[in-house]
Amino acid sequence: MDILNVVTADQLRTDLPDFKAGDTVAVHFKVIEGEKERIQVFTGTCIQKRGSGINATFTVRKVSNGVGVERIFPLHSPRIEKIEVLRVGRVRRAKLFYLRGRQGKAARIQEKRTQK
Amino acid sequence: MSGLLGKKIGMTRIFDDEGNMVPVTVVQAGPCYVIQVKTLERDGYEAMQIGFDPKKEKRTNKPLKGHFAKANVPPLRRLKEFPLPEDREVKPGDVLTVEMFSPGEKVKVSGTSKGRGFAGVVKRHGFGGGPKTHGQSDRWRAPGSIGQSSFPSRVFKGLRMAGHMGNARATVTGLTVVKVDPEKNLLFIKGAVPGARNSYVEIYKR
Repeated sequence: MDILNVVTADQLRTDLPDFKAGDTVAVHFKVIEGEKERIQVFTGTCIQKRGSGINATFTVRKVSNGVGVERIFPLHSPRIEKIEVLRVGRVRRAKLFYLRGRQGKAARIQEKRTQK
Repeated sequence: MSGLLGKKIGMTRIFDDEGNMVPVTVVQAGPCYVIQVKTLERDGYEAMQIGFDPKKEKRTNKPLKGHFAKANVPPLRRLKEFPLPEDREVKPGDVLTVEMFSPGEKVKVSGTSKGRGFAGVVKRHGFGGGPKTHGQSDRWRAPGSIGQSSFPSRVFKGLRMAGHMGNARATVTGLTVVKVDPEKNLLFIKGAVPGARNSYVEIYKR
Protein backbone atom coordinates (compact mmCIF):
# COMPACT_ATOMS: atom_id res chain seq x y z
CA MET A 1 0.00 0.00 0.00
CA ASP A 2 2.88 2.28 0.75
CA ILE A 3 4.16 2.20 -2.81
CA LEU A 4 0.75 3.31 -4.02
CA ASN A 5 0.90 6.42 -1.87
CA VAL A 6 4.43 7.19 -2.99
CA VAL A 7 3.74 6.93 -6.69
CA THR A 8 0.72 9.20 -6.53
CA ALA A 9 2.29 11.70 -4.13
CA ASP A 10 3.56 13.96 -6.90
CA GLN A 11 0.03 14.35 -8.26
CA LEU A 12 -1.43 15.58 -5.01
CA ARG A 13 -2.28 19.27 -4.95
CA THR A 14 -1.12 21.46 -2.15
CA ASP A 15 -2.15 24.79 -3.64
CA LEU A 16 -5.84 24.47 -2.77
CA PRO A 17 -7.31 26.18 0.28
CA ASP A 18 -8.53 24.27 3.30
CA PHE A 19 -12.27 23.83 3.42
CA LYS A 20 -14.75 21.60 5.18
CA ALA A 21 -18.27 20.37 4.79
CA GLY A 22 -20.62 23.29 5.38
CA ASP A 23 -18.42 25.82 3.64
CA THR A 24 -19.69 27.67 0.61
CA VAL A 25 -17.17 27.24 -2.18
CA ALA A 26 -16.75 28.32 -5.78
CA VAL A 27 -15.00 25.70 -7.86
CA HIS A 28 -13.37 26.95 -11.02
CA PHE A 29 -13.34 23.90 -13.22
CA LYS A 30 -11.76 23.60 -16.66
CA VAL A 31 -14.22 22.26 -19.20
CA ILE A 32 -13.01 20.99 -22.56
CA GLU A 33 -15.55 21.32 -25.35
CA GLY A 34 -14.09 19.91 -28.51
CA GLU A 35 -11.11 22.12 -29.18
CA LYS A 36 -12.00 24.92 -26.85
CA GLU A 37 -11.24 25.06 -23.19
CA ARG A 38 -13.09 27.30 -20.80
CA ILE A 39 -13.56 27.70 -17.10
CA GLN A 40 -16.86 26.92 -15.47
CA VAL A 41 -17.61 28.09 -11.97
CA PHE A 42 -19.73 25.88 -9.76
CA THR A 43 -20.78 27.60 -6.56
CA GLY A 44 -22.52 25.86 -3.72
CA THR A 45 -22.23 24.23 -0.32
CA CYS A 46 -19.68 21.52 0.22
CA ILE A 47 -21.70 18.69 1.71
CA GLN A 48 -19.02 16.05 2.00
CA LYS A 49 -15.34 15.36 1.71
CA ARG A 50 -14.30 11.77 1.44
CA GLY A 51 -11.36 9.52 0.60
CA SER A 52 -7.69 9.99 1.22
CA GLY A 53 -4.65 10.58 -0.93
CA ILE A 54 -5.35 10.77 -4.62
CA ASN A 55 -8.75 9.16 -4.15
CA ALA A 56 -10.16 12.12 -2.21
CA THR A 57 -13.30 13.75 -3.61
CA PHE A 58 -15.72 16.39 -2.44
CA THR A 59 -19.35 17.06 -3.24
CA VAL A 60 -20.78 20.50 -3.85
CA ARG A 61 -24.53 21.08 -3.70
CA LYS A 62 -26.45 24.02 -5.00
CA VAL A 63 -30.07 24.71 -5.79
CA SER A 64 -30.42 25.83 -9.37
CA ASN A 65 -33.86 26.99 -10.58
CA GLY A 66 -35.49 25.16 -7.71
CA VAL A 67 -33.71 21.90 -8.54
CA GLY A 68 -30.99 20.56 -6.32
CA VAL A 69 -27.75 19.94 -8.21
CA GLU A 70 -24.81 18.07 -6.76
CA ARG A 71 -21.44 17.69 -8.33
CA ILE A 72 -18.59 15.48 -7.20
CA PHE A 73 -15.07 16.72 -7.89
CA PRO A 74 -11.82 14.80 -7.46
CA LEU A 75 -9.96 16.93 -4.94
CA HIS A 76 -6.61 16.58 -6.70
CA SER A 77 -7.87 16.94 -10.26
CA PRO A 78 -5.60 19.10 -12.40
CA ARG A 79 -8.77 20.43 -14.05
CA ILE A 80 -9.60 22.40 -10.94
CA GLU A 81 -8.25 25.84 -11.68
CA LYS A 82 -8.91 27.16 -8.19
CA ILE A 83 -11.27 26.87 -5.26
CA GLU A 84 -12.61 29.96 -3.51
CA VAL A 85 -13.96 29.63 0.00
CA LEU A 86 -16.74 32.21 0.12
CA ARG A 87 -18.21 31.44 3.51
CA VAL A 88 -17.21 29.21 6.39
CA GLY A 89 -20.22 27.42 7.79
CA ARG A 90 -20.86 26.23 11.32
CA VAL A 91 -22.03 22.62 11.13
CA ARG A 92 -21.98 19.76 13.58
CA ARG A 93 -21.37 16.86 11.27
CA ALA A 94 -19.02 15.86 8.48
CA LYS A 95 -21.63 14.80 5.95
CA LEU A 96 -24.50 17.17 5.34
CA PHE A 97 -26.86 14.85 3.50
CA TYR A 98 -29.74 16.16 5.61
CA LEU A 99 -29.69 19.26 3.39
CA ARG A 100 -31.14 17.18 0.57
CA GLY A 101 -34.46 16.90 2.33
CA ARG A 102 -34.68 20.57 3.19
CA GLN A 103 -35.76 23.63 1.29
CA GLY A 104 -35.46 27.37 1.63
CA LYS A 105 -34.96 28.65 5.15
CA ALA A 106 -34.46 25.20 6.61
CA ALA A 107 -31.52 24.57 4.33
CA ARG A 108 -29.50 27.49 5.65
CA ILE A 109 -26.16 27.06 7.35
CA GLN A 110 -24.99 29.44 10.03
CA GLU A 111 -21.78 31.26 9.36
CA LYS A 112 -18.94 30.39 11.66
CA ARG A 113 -17.93 33.27 13.91
CA THR A 114 -14.24 33.77 14.02
CA GLN A 115 -12.39 35.75 16.64
CA LYS A 116 -11.15 39.15 15.66
CA MET B 1 6.57 -11.26 -28.39
CA SER B 2 8.34 -11.28 -25.08
CA GLY B 3 7.44 -10.26 -21.58
CA LEU B 4 8.29 -9.73 -17.97
CA LEU B 5 7.43 -11.20 -14.61
CA GLY B 6 6.03 -8.88 -12.01
CA LYS B 7 4.25 -8.52 -8.74
CA LYS B 8 0.90 -6.83 -8.42
CA ILE B 9 1.14 -3.95 -5.97
CA GLY B 10 -2.46 -2.78 -6.10
CA MET B 11 -4.81 -0.38 -7.77
CA THR B 12 -4.98 3.37 -7.59
CA ARG B 13 -5.75 6.19 -9.98
CA ILE B 14 -3.69 8.77 -11.75
CA PHE B 15 -4.52 11.84 -13.80
CA ASP B 16 -3.38 11.89 -17.42
CA ASP B 17 -2.12 14.93 -19.33
CA GLU B 18 -5.65 16.09 -20.13
CA GLY B 19 -6.68 15.84 -16.50
CA ASN B 20 -8.75 12.71 -16.93
CA MET B 21 -8.78 10.27 -14.07
CA VAL B 22 -7.43 6.88 -15.13
CA PRO B 23 -7.83 3.76 -12.99
CA VAL B 24 -4.53 1.90 -12.95
CA THR B 25 -3.00 -1.24 -11.53
CA VAL B 26 0.55 -0.75 -10.31
CA VAL B 27 2.80 -3.71 -11.10
CA GLN B 28 6.36 -4.05 -9.94
CA ALA B 29 7.83 -5.66 -13.04
CA GLY B 30 11.39 -6.80 -13.22
CA PRO B 31 14.29 -6.58 -13.11
CA CYS B 32 14.11 -10.02 -14.65
CA TYR B 33 17.21 -12.08 -15.36
CA VAL B 34 17.55 -14.34 -18.35
CA ILE B 35 18.54 -17.71 -16.92
CA GLN B 36 18.45 -19.97 -19.93
CA VAL B 37 17.84 -19.66 -23.65
CA LYS B 38 16.17 -22.63 -25.29
CA THR B 39 17.29 -23.20 -28.84
CA LEU B 40 15.80 -25.04 -31.77
CA GLU B 41 18.78 -27.39 -32.07
CA ARG B 42 18.99 -28.37 -28.44
CA ASP B 43 15.44 -28.15 -27.13
CA GLY B 44 13.32 -28.26 -30.25
CA TYR B 45 11.79 -24.84 -29.66
CA GLU B 46 12.88 -21.30 -28.99
CA ALA B 47 12.25 -19.52 -25.70
CA MET B 48 13.96 -17.80 -22.85
CA GLN B 49 13.66 -18.69 -19.21
CA ILE B 50 13.53 -15.61 -17.02
CA GLY B 51 13.48 -15.21 -13.26
CA PHE B 52 12.15 -12.59 -10.91
CA ASP B 53 12.23 -11.69 -7.20
CA PRO B 54 15.63 -12.42 -5.58
CA LYS B 55 15.73 -14.70 -2.55
CA LYS B 56 18.37 -15.75 -0.05
CA GLU B 57 21.03 -18.17 -1.14
CA LYS B 58 20.34 -20.47 1.82
CA ARG B 59 16.70 -20.82 0.80
CA THR B 60 17.80 -22.24 -2.54
CA ASN B 61 18.32 -25.95 -3.05
CA LYS B 62 21.46 -27.30 -4.65
CA PRO B 63 20.13 -28.16 -8.10
CA LEU B 64 18.69 -24.65 -8.47
CA LYS B 65 21.86 -23.04 -7.13
CA GLY B 66 23.77 -24.65 -9.97
CA HIS B 67 21.13 -23.53 -12.44
CA PHE B 68 21.44 -19.92 -11.30
CA ALA B 69 25.24 -20.08 -11.12
CA LYS B 70 25.37 -21.19 -14.74
CA ALA B 71 23.76 -17.94 -15.84
CA ASN B 72 25.61 -15.97 -13.18
CA VAL B 73 22.43 -14.52 -11.65
CA PRO B 74 21.27 -14.30 -8.00
CA PRO B 75 18.80 -16.94 -6.73
CA LEU B 76 15.30 -16.04 -7.81
CA ARG B 77 11.87 -17.02 -6.61
CA ARG B 78 9.87 -17.22 -9.77
CA LEU B 79 10.99 -18.76 -13.05
CA LYS B 80 9.02 -18.73 -16.24
CA GLU B 81 9.56 -19.30 -19.93
CA PHE B 82 8.71 -16.54 -22.37
CA PRO B 83 8.89 -16.29 -26.13
CA LEU B 84 12.07 -14.64 -27.38
CA PRO B 85 11.93 -10.90 -28.06
CA GLU B 86 12.16 -10.02 -31.73
CA ASP B 87 14.04 -6.78 -31.39
CA ARG B 88 17.07 -8.00 -29.46
CA GLU B 89 19.27 -10.99 -28.83
CA VAL B 90 19.26 -12.44 -25.35
CA LYS B 91 21.82 -14.56 -23.58
CA PRO B 92 21.85 -15.99 -20.04
CA GLY B 93 22.66 -13.33 -17.49
CA ASP B 94 20.90 -10.52 -19.35
CA VAL B 95 18.66 -8.20 -17.37
CA LEU B 96 15.23 -7.24 -18.64
CA THR B 97 13.57 -4.17 -17.20
CA VAL B 98 10.34 -2.23 -17.60
CA GLU B 99 12.09 -0.05 -20.16
CA MET B 100 10.98 -2.56 -22.78
CA PHE B 101 7.48 -1.10 -22.41
CA SER B 102 6.37 2.33 -23.45
CA PRO B 103 3.24 4.30 -22.54
CA GLY B 104 0.32 3.65 -24.84
CA GLU B 105 1.40 0.12 -25.59
CA LYS B 106 -1.10 -2.74 -25.42
CA VAL B 107 -0.16 -5.68 -23.21
CA LYS B 108 -1.55 -9.02 -22.11
CA VAL B 109 -1.43 -9.86 -18.41
CA SER B 110 -1.75 -13.33 -16.90
CA GLY B 111 -1.94 -14.35 -13.28
CA THR B 112 -3.73 -16.51 -10.79
CA SER B 113 -7.18 -15.16 -10.02
CA LYS B 114 -8.40 -14.68 -6.47
CA GLY B 115 -9.86 -17.86 -5.05
CA ARG B 116 -13.61 -17.70 -4.41
CA GLY B 117 -13.99 -21.16 -2.89
CA PHE B 118 -17.10 -23.20 -3.65
CA ALA B 119 -19.30 -20.67 -5.37
CA GLY B 120 -22.91 -20.91 -6.44
CA VAL B 121 -24.18 -20.36 -9.95
CA VAL B 122 -25.18 -16.73 -9.40
CA LYS B 123 -21.62 -15.73 -8.52
CA ARG B 124 -19.84 -18.26 -10.71
CA HIS B 125 -21.79 -18.07 -13.95
CA GLY B 126 -23.87 -14.95 -13.55
CA PHE B 127 -27.21 -16.74 -13.35
CA GLY B 128 -30.18 -14.64 -12.39
CA GLY B 129 -31.37 -16.86 -9.58
CA GLY B 130 -35.02 -17.43 -8.89
CA PRO B 131 -37.83 -15.08 -7.90
CA LYS B 132 -37.49 -13.51 -4.50
CA THR B 133 -41.19 -13.00 -3.86
CA HIS B 134 -44.52 -14.60 -4.74
CA GLY B 135 -44.30 -17.35 -2.18
CA GLN B 136 -40.75 -18.50 -2.89
CA SER B 137 -38.91 -19.90 0.06
CA ASP B 138 -35.51 -21.26 -1.01
CA ARG B 139 -35.19 -20.46 -4.72
CA TRP B 140 -33.34 -17.12 -4.51
CA ARG B 141 -30.01 -18.24 -5.83
CA ALA B 142 -31.02 -21.62 -7.28
CA PRO B 143 -29.84 -22.63 -10.79
CA GLY B 144 -33.30 -23.67 -12.04
CA SER B 145 -33.81 -26.76 -14.15
CA ILE B 146 -30.72 -28.76 -15.08
CA GLY B 147 -32.31 -30.81 -17.83
CA GLN B 148 -35.21 -32.92 -19.06
CA SER B 149 -36.81 -36.03 -17.58
CA SER B 150 -36.88 -39.69 -18.68
CA PHE B 151 -35.18 -38.79 -21.94
CA PRO B 152 -32.21 -38.27 -21.74
CA SER B 153 -32.39 -39.34 -18.10
CA ARG B 154 -29.06 -37.76 -17.36
CA VAL B 155 -27.47 -34.37 -16.98
CA PHE B 156 -25.41 -33.21 -19.95
CA LYS B 157 -21.69 -32.80 -19.53
CA GLY B 158 -20.42 -29.30 -19.18
CA LEU B 159 -23.66 -27.94 -17.72
CA ARG B 160 -22.85 -24.88 -15.67
CA MET B 161 -23.30 -25.60 -11.99
CA ALA B 162 -21.96 -24.55 -8.62
CA GLY B 163 -18.36 -25.43 -7.85
CA HIS B 164 -14.90 -24.14 -7.21
CA MET B 165 -14.26 -20.68 -8.59
CA GLY B 166 -11.10 -18.65 -8.94
CA ASN B 167 -7.53 -19.53 -7.97
CA ALA B 168 -7.03 -20.47 -11.62
CA ARG B 169 -4.93 -18.98 -14.34
CA ALA B 170 -6.60 -15.94 -15.85
CA THR B 171 -5.52 -13.71 -18.71
CA VAL B 172 -6.65 -10.23 -19.62
CA THR B 173 -5.77 -9.01 -23.10
CA GLY B 174 -5.63 -5.56 -24.61
CA LEU B 175 -4.65 -3.61 -21.52
CA THR B 176 -2.92 -0.28 -22.03
CA VAL B 177 0.33 0.75 -20.39
CA VAL B 178 -0.28 4.25 -19.04
CA LYS B 179 3.03 5.04 -17.41
CA VAL B 180 6.43 3.44 -16.94
CA ASP B 181 8.70 4.18 -14.00
CA PRO B 182 12.15 2.67 -14.73
CA GLU B 183 13.58 4.00 -11.48
CA LYS B 184 11.23 2.02 -9.25
CA ASN B 185 10.62 -0.74 -11.84
CA LEU B 186 6.93 0.09 -11.89
CA LEU B 187 4.41 -0.38 -14.62
CA PHE B 188 1.06 1.42 -14.58
CA ILE B 189 -1.53 -0.60 -16.47
CA LYS B 190 -4.98 0.77 -17.13
CA GLY B 191 -7.71 -1.36 -15.60
CA ALA B 192 -7.59 -4.46 -13.47
CA VAL B 193 -5.23 -7.41 -13.74
CA PRO B 194 -5.89 -10.90 -12.32
CA GLY B 195 -4.86 -11.85 -8.82
CA ALA B 196 -4.58 -10.49 -5.33
CA ARG B 197 -2.09 -7.90 -4.17
CA ASN B 198 1.46 -9.24 -3.98
CA SER B 199 0.68 -12.07 -6.35
CA TYR B 200 2.88 -12.75 -9.34
CA VAL B 201 1.74 -11.74 -12.79
CA GLU B 202 3.17 -12.19 -16.27
CA ILE B 203 3.12 -9.23 -18.63
CA TYR B 204 3.32 -10.10 -22.30
CA LYS B 205 4.51 -7.59 -24.83
CA ARG B 206 2.91 -7.79 -28.27
